[in-house]
Amino acid sequence: MASGNQQLDTDALAGGDVGQAGVAGNTDMLTQVGESGGWWAETKARASFVWNEQADAGAYVNHHITNLRLPKGADPMDPFVWHVDTMLVSWVLGLFFVFFLFMGARRATAGVPGKLQNFVEMLVDFVENSVKESFHGPRNFVGPLALTIFGVVLLWNLMDLVPVDYVPTIMYILGADYFRIVPSADINAPFGMSLTVLALIIIYSIKGKGFGGYGKELFTHPFGGNPLLWIPNLLLNIVELIAKPVSLAMRLFGNLYAAELIFVLIALLPWWIQFIPGGAWAIFHILVVPLQAFLFMSLTIVYIALAYEKH
Amino acid sequence: MLPSIWTLVGQAGTFLVFIWAVMTFVWPPLTQAMEERRQKIADGLAHSEQAEQALDRAQAEAEEILRDARRKAGEIIEQASSRSNQIVEEARQLAVAERDRQVTAAEAEIRLATNQAREALRGRLAELAVAGAGRVIEKEIDANAHRELLDKLAAQL
Repeated sequence: MASGNQQLDTDALAGGDVGQAGVAGNTDMLTQVGESGGWWAETKARASFVWNEQADAGAYVNHHITNLRLPKGADPMDPFVWHVDTMLVSWVLGLFFVFFLFMGARRATAGVPGKLQNFVEMLVDFVENSVKESFHGPRNFVGPLALTIFGVVLLWNLMDLVPVDYVPTIMYILGADYFRIVPSADINAPFGMSLTVLALIIIYSIKGKGFGGYGKELFTHPFGGNPLLWIPNLLLNIVELIAKPVSLAMRLFGNLYAAELIFVLIALLPWWIQFIPGGAWAIFHILVVPLQAFLFMSLTIVYIALAYEKH
Repeated sequence: MLPSIWTLVGQAGTFLVFIWAVMTFVWPPLTQAMEERRQKIADGLAHSEQAEQALDRAQAEAEEILRDARRKAGEIIEQASSRSNQIVEEARQLAVAERDRQVTAAEAEIRLATNQAREALRGRLAELAVAGAGRVIEKEIDANAHRELLDKLAAQL
């Protein structure tokens, strides 16, 4: 890594933490301010850094694909690192979604609905219909699950349309070195959700077929009940089972990560031309964002339906 | 960390394009769909309200008709009972009149018979008186010669 890498400078700035790869050499002013301490002084120093300095393209892109990690300077591959930005943003969005639905439900009337109630009802109707089409068991859990997945993934994806540098810059000035606001572009968030779906697939398999029925299916399903085929059957079933959450998470993550990266690359163009490719990409996103949310939701329903129904 | 502060301006431009696209292509159909849905619900509710009102009206009307019929039936029953009373009364009066007539007739007959009997008795009395007197005076009295006298006597009885 080049010593001029701005990421490293920010680490130095945030209190001389040298956990990540090296110490920067070209930000004496900032280091001084950081050492002098005081939150306000540091904030001012960060603001002037944003105003005056320019990073090279590589450092800029790197900054945008790095999560705010806790503990600071931990190894990126360490599985016990907290991605604070992803967690914070998903919590805020999740609470917003719950609050939004709550407001719609709280003032609900049996009469002519108000604007908010009308919108919430439309959303619920839409999800309910999607569930009805593919899942024929009891819908009292799968319906709300599908609504939650759709709403939350949609909000995650919508964060991609916020101008890429706005929130990271504000958070940088306030003291967070990195801040990614698109949870679905952090592999952990889609995987967290799809692992929940995996657990539900297994639970619904047992619920629909019973322990014995599901066990029998695992050993005899694709090729037949010959004892010689038990092991190949089981292996294939396990692969199939794992492929479901992996494909769910990867599809969402891949789409949104690539989209975010393209926004970042567009931000590297001269500022007066950005609105042309940026605008086109944003318009394309109006399709991608709800489509990915819908896909995640409907595939979850289909997987649960397949698990629940007897063959 | 930023390529330049100007990229923030560029991103604002991108965002403006996005907002324009949403305003032009996404918002109108969405609000229209919402408005249609709202309208449909409002219409449905209004219809059901109307139907309910019509039902109320029909029920009130039916009740009115029923009440009317009941009142009429009462009237008819009352009329019939008064008519029957009247008939009974008339019959009673007729019977009383008939009885009176028959009693009068019977009384007249009785009187006639009494008179006849009296007349007959008178006749017989005259004869008896003549016979008695004849016996007393041992002398034949010409009944015819004294007829007038005897009749006078009998009439005084």
